[in-house]
Amino acid sequence: MDISYLIELLINGALTGLMYSMVALGIVLIYKSAGVPNLAQGAMVMISAYLIWMFGSLFGLPIYASIAIAVVAMFLFGLLAERLLLRKMVGQPIIMIVMLTLGLEIFLRGLGPGLLGAAPKQFDLGINMMPIIVGDVFINREYLVGGIVACVLIALALLFFRTRIGTKLRAVSDDHVSSWSVGISVEKAIGISWGMGGIAAVAAGALWGSVQGVDWTLSMLLFPAVAVVILGGLDSIYGVLIAGLVVGILGSVIPGYVDPIVGGGTRDVVTSLIILLTIIFRPHGMFGREDIERV
Amino acid sequence: MFYRQSGVHHTRYQTARRLWPLPTDQGIVWLLLALAVAAPLYLSDLYLTSYLLPWLIWSAAALSLTLLMGIAGQLHFGFAAVMAIGAYTSIHLTRAGVPFELALIGAGLMAAGIGCIFGAAALRVKGLYLVMATLAMQYLVDWTIINVPAISGGAQATLQTPDVRFLFVPLRGDAMLYYGALLWAVIVTLLVLNIKRTSFGRALVAVRDKDFAASVIGVNPFKFKLLAFFASSFLGGVSGAVLAFCYYQAVTPEQFGFNVSIQLVAMVLVGGLGSVIGAYLGAGFVLLVPIILTNLVAGAAAAGWLSVSSNLLAHIPLMVYGGLIIGFILFEPLGLAKIYDNLRKYFLVWPFRHTQS
Repeated sequence: MDISYLIELLINGALTGLMYSMVALGIVLIYKSAGVPNLAQGAMVMISAYLIWMFGSLFGLPIYASIAIAVVAMFLFGLLAERLLLRKMVGQPIIMIVMLTLGLEIFLRGLGPGLLGAAPKQFDLGINMMPIIVGDVFINREYLVGGIVACVLIALALLFFRTRIGTKLRAVSDDHVSSWSVGISVEKAIGISWGMGGIAAVAAGALWGSVQGVDWTLSMLLFPAVAVVILGGLDSIYGVLIAGLVVGILGSVIPGYVDPIVGGGTRDVVTSLIILLTIIFRPHGMFGREDIERV
Repeated sequence: MFYRQSGVHHTRYQTARRLWPLPTDQGIVWLLLALAVAAPLYLSDLYLTSYLLPWLIWSAAALSLTLLMGIAGQLHFGFAAVMAIGAYTSIHLTRAGVPFELALIGAGLMAAGIGCIFGAAALRVKGLYLVMATLAMQYLVDWTIINVPAISGGAQATLQTPDVRFLFVPLRGDAMLYYGALLWAVIVTLLVLNIKRTSFGRALVAVRDKDFAASVIGVNPFKFKLLAFFASSFLGGVSGAVLAFCYYQAVTPEQFGFNVSIQLVAMVLVGGLGSVIGAYLGAGFVLLVPIILTNLVAGAAAAGWLSVSSNLLAHIPLMVYGGLIIGFILFEPLGLAKIYDNLRKYFLVWPFRHTQS
């Protein structure tokens, strides 16, 4: 048990966690204004990565141009998903909404690999593959970039909620009916939040796609992202940052020491336990708002 | 046309409480049961063992889940884990020499016990949080089964089911396996149908509709939620054991993965929440439609009408399945049971058009 192993696990775990929080950010953005738990976020990340690969490799565009096109495409996808699917679900029980987003997840998981090929694909963001070496500690450069991008996105999201549209979104998240009564278009606000969820998915898709390749397994990011969201609180953007760090660090340090003993796969167990313990002891998460229910 | 009444009009509570309010329905059920019992006589082995038998067992599992999700209103996204507990428990018990009848009960109790532990932990929360908690249960149970060699027989291992006798009849041969599955499906169907008529079922419905309101009128929500978890997990555990013994005959952890849980929830939703006939229709629909559509597309491609890559063909079931879930939730949230109900009402008053009940 040397200390540099621990530090390496800590730092790389924290950076992975920040990259999880990029996926989680999309879920929180949508939940915050629409009240819809978007379980299709994992598949949206996968579709964004497929889009970036498609524009970059099939059409031969430079990588940053294809990311920009993917941003536009996923924003439109978010708007469409809200218009065609979620708008009909207003007032329906939560099981219907959860299953609708899960159905979307399954559908996208068939659509992306079905049309563009199931074999893993690569694209290159132009990040140097050499790890940064500080003392005895190896830091993965892609994770570092991912962590920084995640922090920037979370800061942008926080700033966005201070703009005029952001204020409307906050009003919508408080109460749909009262927002209508003061002349805020709730439908438009929810559509915008879905679009921003799509943009967050593109950022996550670009970085995760370059780290682990583009195939359907990208949609499995949903599970750690859900843990981040539950731990941080479903409607808290700060929560995404802190919980991302916690989930990432625990999900790296504990498997780092326990995996050699029990033979692998502990990361999912840690993630499940985080979800379960949070729900038992503090269901609204670290920073989430507690809802009061009336008969 | 088929019915001699013109609408269902109850004038006494006794008629409203009956298991079959219409004599014709009773006749249809007896006819279906007779057809099911005689199935080995007129169906080929292929249809019997690879379509009818799994359909019956999955319907029983969907019925167990609809007891929890449709009648008691508690969402469960880890039901495949419950079935896995039942399957593995029954196999280990029979291997240890316990009679199969007791092993089935043991499987149910084990599944109900573990299901209740998670249920009790998760029952402080509801809705979305319950979904997440049961999802976590699915992952934890999967991991435990895979990583404890005493349960799964080592990683990547398959566990053969031993030969067993049920009530002195050896459970061997296609017809006997089919009758085992049919018996279990009939038992679960009768149980769920009758639970809906008892005070227990009505208490569950009260809790589903609003748990605070239920506690105001003297129904303890926690107790009934836990009882619902217990009953449903018990039935789910035995269904898992029946699935292992009558259909798979060799179990691996992947047969009870997260996707299977989603499939079960889809069966319940597509069929119609809380409906008994819906569980049968939903199970059949979710199992068959992706296969049929893929075969259709493959047939069209083979005939040269379409050009479909094999890669796309491999992913069509997934797309169809996701599309089915989306389509049903958007256009018929009450599921196939509602479609059946509409048809039945149409024929109840035929040749007239409107009905009130």
